[in-house]
Amino acid sequence: MTVEMLVCVRRVPDTSENEIALNREGNDIERDDLVYSINEWDNYAVEEALQMVAKAGGNVTVVTVGGDDDEEILRREMAMGANHGVLLCDEAFDGSDGKGIATILKAFVQKGHYDLILTGVQAEDGGAQVGGMLAAMLDYPFASLVNSIEVRDGKTLKIGREIEGGNKEMNEIDLPCVLSIQTGINEPRYVGMRGIRQVASLPVPTYGAAELGVEAGAVGASGAKVKRVDYFAPALGKGARMLEGSQEEIIDELLELVKAKGGLK
Amino acid sequence: MARIFAFIEHKSGVVSDTAGELLAAAKKIDPSATPTAIVAGSGPELEAACQSLCASFHEVWKIASEALAYPNAELIRKALVGVLPQGSIVLAAHNHFGIDLAPGLSIKLNAAFVSDVVSIEGLEGTWLKVVRQEFGGQVSAHMRCDLSPGAVIGVRPGAFHALENVTSSGQVVDKSSDAGTLTASRRYVETVVAEAGAVDITKHDVLVSIGRGIQEQENVAIAQELADVMGAAVSCSRPVVDAKWMEKSRQVGTSGKTVKPKVYLACGISGAFQHLAGVQGNAFLVAINKNPKAPIFQVADVGIVADLLEFLPELTNKIREMQSVSVK
Amino acid sequence: MMVRSILEPAQANYWLMQGQTLFLILHILGVACFSYIVAKRMTPLLRGQTDARWDRPWTRLGMVGKFWLGQWKQPRYRGAGTLHLLIFAGFLLLATRAFTVLIQGVSVNFVMPGLSGEAGHVYGIITDYAATAVFLCMVIAMIRRLVFRPARYEVPPQYGQARTADAIFLLALIAVLMAADGLLEASKAAFQTQQGQPAEFLAVLSLAWMLKGALLSTSLPLLQNLHLGSYVLHEVTFFFLLCYRPFGIQFHVETSLFSVYFAKLDRGTLKPVRWGVSEEHLDEVKSFGVKKFEDFTWKHMLDFYSCADCGRCSDNCPANAVGRPLSPRFLTRKAREYSFQHYPVLGRADQGPNLIGSIYSEDEIWSCTTCGACEEECPLLIEYIDKIVDLRRGMIDDGNVPQSLQKPLKALESRGNAYGKMEKKRADWVKPKEFQLACNVPVLEGEQRADTLYFVDSITSYDDRMQAIGRATAKILDHIGENFGILGAAEKDSGHEVRRFGEETLFQSLRDHNVEAIQATGVKRIVTSDPHAYNALKHDYKNMPQVEHISQVIAREVKSGKIQFRPVEDKNNVYTYHDPCYLGRHNQIYDDPRDVLDAIPGLKRVEMDRSRDRSFCCGGGGLMLFYEPKEDQRMGVKRVQMAAEAGANVLVTACPFCMVNMEDAIKVAGLEGKMTAIDLAELAEQQLVRKAPAAVEAAEVAGMQPEFAAGR
Repeated sequence: MTVEMLVCVRRVPDTSENEIALNREGNDIERDDLVYSINEWDNYAVEEALQMVAKAGGNVTVVTVGGDDDEEILRREMAMGANHGVLLCDEAFDGSDGKGIATILKAFVQKGHYDLILTGVQAEDGGAQVGGMLAAMLDYPFASLVNSIEVRDGKTLKIGREIEGGNKEMNEIDLPCVLSIQTGINEPRYVGMRGIRQVASLPVPTYGAAELGVEAGAVGASGAKVKRVDYFAPALGKGARMLEGSQEEIIDELLELVKAKGGLK
Repeated sequence: MARIFAFIEHKSGVVSDTAGELLAAAKKIDPSATPTAIVAGSGPELEAACQSLCASFHEVWKIASEALAYPNAELIRKALVGVLPQGSIVLAAHNHFGIDLAPGLSIKLNAAFVSDVVSIEGLEGTWLKVVRQEFGGQVSAHMRCDLSPGAVIGVRPGAFHALENVTSSGQVVDKSSDAGTLTASRRYVETVVAEAGAVDITKHDVLVSIGRGIQEQENVAIAQELADVMGAAVSCSRPVVDAKWMEKSRQVGTSGKTVKPKVYLACGISGAFQHLAGVQGNAFLVAINKNPKAPIFQVADVGIVADLLEFLPELTNKIREMQSVSVK
Repeated sequence: MMVRSILEPAQANYWLMQGQTLFLILHILGVACFSYIVAKRMTPLLRGQTDARWDRPWTRLGMVGKFWLGQWKQPRYRGAGTLHLLIFAGFLLLATRAFTVLIQGVSVNFVMPGLSGEAGHVYGIITDYAATAVFLCMVIAMIRRLVFRPARYEVPPQYGQARTADAIFLLALIAVLMAADGLLEASKAAFQTQQGQPAEFLAVLSLAWMLKGALLSTSLPLLQNLHLGSYVLHEVTFFFLLCYRPFGIQFHVETSLFSVYFAKLDRGTLKPVRWGVSEEHLDEVKSFGVKKFEDFTWKHMLDFYSCADCGRCSDNCPANAVGRPLSPRFLTRKAREYSFQHYPVLGRADQGPNLIGSIYSEDEIWSCTTCGACEEECPLLIEYIDKIVDLRRGMIDDGNVPQSLQKPLKALESRGNAYGKMEKKRADWVKPKEFQLACNVPVLEGEQRADTLYFVDSITSYDDRMQAIGRATAKILDHIGENFGILGAAEKDSGHEVRRFGEETLFQSLRDHNVEAIQATGVKRIVTSDPHAYNALKHDYKNMPQVEHISQVIAREVKSGKIQFRPVEDKNNVYTYHDPCYLGRHNQIYDDPRDVLDAIPGLKRVEMDRSRDRSFCCGGGGLMLFYEPKEDQRMGVKRVQMAAEAGANVLVTACPFCMVNMEDAIKVAGLEGKMTAIDLAELAEQQLVRKAPAAVEAAEVAGMQPEFAAGR
């Protein structure tokens, strides 16, 4: 069998390379010095798709909803081995909530034919939602937190889901379906600047609302039922507050603090 | 105000801890609300869950079906769509089950969806203002969610504290017949239990992390005892792994694991850059170190200058004492 | 009794054939056979990549004189080295003799031109002794192999079978050759003596002389037969050896001359991705690095043949010493076996599998710290670092990179440092108030100019502990009145380790950025406190102003008198200096740091067993700090134990990466409180006799407070 796979990806500021801080006004994060990369979970999803296609044959398409800046991550994933990259870009998409993004992706999915759609479980600034929403819109079965995939036959997969305590819930799922991929499912390959340069000349088609047949009112800020108002700094102490006194006093104080932070029940 | 529902998970009839938290969250949306619990399952286990929920919820809707013997989110979503009235506000825990269930449910109900909510600030008209944490907890965000078409709200487990002194004598309403036929294209097969001893430190909210200050392998047990009473896991810094006192899988740092716990007890860890880079998110960092000049005190939230081998057992005892009191 | 002359092999009849004809045929067969085998062995070299080794012939001849003819590296191992020197000298001396004997098999009265008469007799005596010496060496070598079994010849089970039998067989063949030659002479001399004829003088106490003595009473026919028989033995052994050598380590007899002539001449450098392909055209190169055997250059393949399996590389390899899955000896040996298998002497060459996954493992190739100890030790100047880096380039190209390295590489790409720290914080190490009061470090941007650039590099810029090295360096530069500045946010990682980890494209982008930034400042000199940056600026970058390591600067200014030191406070401290690989071996800066230490009054200094060019790597720098090697022990731990054994309690180094590893190792080894590590710049700055001691010292005391910017 061959599998036609679609992986939905996103470009996000990477927490390991940014110090996410509030801006001067205190209502948004400081965006001046941010560097972006592909959302970590999505990268695992692409790697998983590539490994599946390497075994079973087929194609991997990566798609993202965003602007011209986001093409960079499509190229990175194409350098990893994805066959196609598609950018879904339109002013009408700006300010979409999770449902809006899922709506745009659904329209794209329906333009083609995909046996398996992967997303990352979540994004650094997202809510672990688009995959499940997309599946519901398409009436495809869905599984989240997937940490193993085994191709059974042309119609079903055997998948593992990460559940509490490090246990794994095994399921059988019919194709076509949507899976949200958990980190650690594989070891994503490295892509350097050279790889990206090698795919620099490949075309990345862009589709707007009209081409996708998306109603402008259903997506974007106007369609959003969930909106981010602002960012603010979580309460954080500066430097260690040294606990002093007798050992007993220290322990009592410590336990109060730990309890308040949810470290003790 | 639309009716508020809380979907409650249970395991073998024992209701999840999140039940009380969801109830508390519902009260934050509307203090006057009398939220309804929904439980799904089969047999006596379901009955047991319903009964225990009656003690805190005014009404408990049950969906009984053999197909729901295992909580398969794909089936439960279908059932809920049949059962829930138009415009409902549904709360569910943002955990491995909620992540499976909730986003799709919001689509099927044509409702708004906001997930991983850590705080609820109240209503502004039909819009609910909530707080989420983003970028690994480095910043928080206020979100507004339109409740008018109904909403599905994923609540971070542990973020809300169950209200005390809640008593109710709720009644169970059987909604099984509204659930419709329950077949799904995703079928539960089995649960593979994690190998004993394999502890995933990235999945723990509390870490008792030890460094060289633990001095020798025998002393690792001291940290393990503390971790046990706290329901925590023991992690460590590189020297401990190098000394082969703990497995590599327990190491936090650039060459080990990146962890995002709620509370991180750094015991005898000096606070090398390479180690601290592995502690991310908004961890409450407690540093316990003999050396008052240890760099870790510069970055910790709370610092204690003490000898680990003396301090940790004392701390363990104190927690044990506390726990035995609360059980009584 | 009729006096008759001994019949020479060329004249005699062997069975039905005249000797002359027989030996002509055997000679031709032997030479043809050898030529065929050698031609087969050269096939992969022809399919290998080009390599630029045709330049600087005089330098190369000098290398041959020193390392091949002069056997320069051999005495580094006293016993084996002496033995090898004797055998090598013996072979050289015996070469002419051997050819003469061979030709005499066809032409009885042949004499090597220039060796008739007196000269011939003298040469005869020399060869008698040479053959005897070689014979004895063979016996000793066999005893060493069989009885004493030096550890470095052992073959760990993961690398296959020991080749003791093979080694003994070869040694025995050479011994037989020597014995046959001796017997050939002795039988003839004994024959002639018995006949009262003038016999060739045999050197007293030589092998031939002793054999002659033993044969004096042997019957003439038997002597005649011995003479003829020993010639056949000599003939067969000679050609058998000749043709057998290309099947094993003895091939080095033929190839070593070429390996040494074509040896790498430039220390500290790395080979380009492809020789003959300029950087602008690199994007057109389909595949980077070594994936298949044929991706090696011909010189690197030649190295595989030239390796004599002496084990000195692995004996000095720190990765091997701590149980990492890497042994340079077997890196070569596995490649040689691969080449023998896929380029057989009989049969057709085939396309072998990729090297990684078949003969090499990923961990094996990532385990190398590129410390250069193996190359320093190899008597035949075989290269390892270029091969390792080429193999890494191949893995990088295939995306085959450990997860632990992907994050830092990604951060280097987007942030210019492996830690993912923000560019604008790169100069934060100069910010502590106390430091700014003591020393002004301008960032060279806009109109700000200076003569000298202090290239700080990433770890010294961002790591809380290493920032102290940066501040010490700056204070020293300030003290000597150097007009200097830093690049600040415009500096990116030197890329030294990035390149050595095989990420050439990323390295080039970092380098291009830095070159542009440096050139924009118009500085005349660069100083750095990081040997890795030093090596990068000096060898990996082109068209840089003069580059110096801070230890060179301090040493010079000590000599000039600008720097004077206070005596050490604690006279009980014993110091030892650890040579950082990229300062020592790769750049030959051994004396400057020691001179600085010795200029500090009252400083007691000892040397570790492994010092200077035999320094033992601390565990590696740059990306190696992120890599998770499989090892039994850390290199740093071994190293601090060596320092302790030498009786030192202060370990001085001159590299921030050494500092990371040593300080960690001191803790792991349980030497905390008993040993400390300090950077040369820190020590020098601490001991400076200052211009205005009171004021500066107050600030220095305050400056001791460590700053912990954003630790997480």
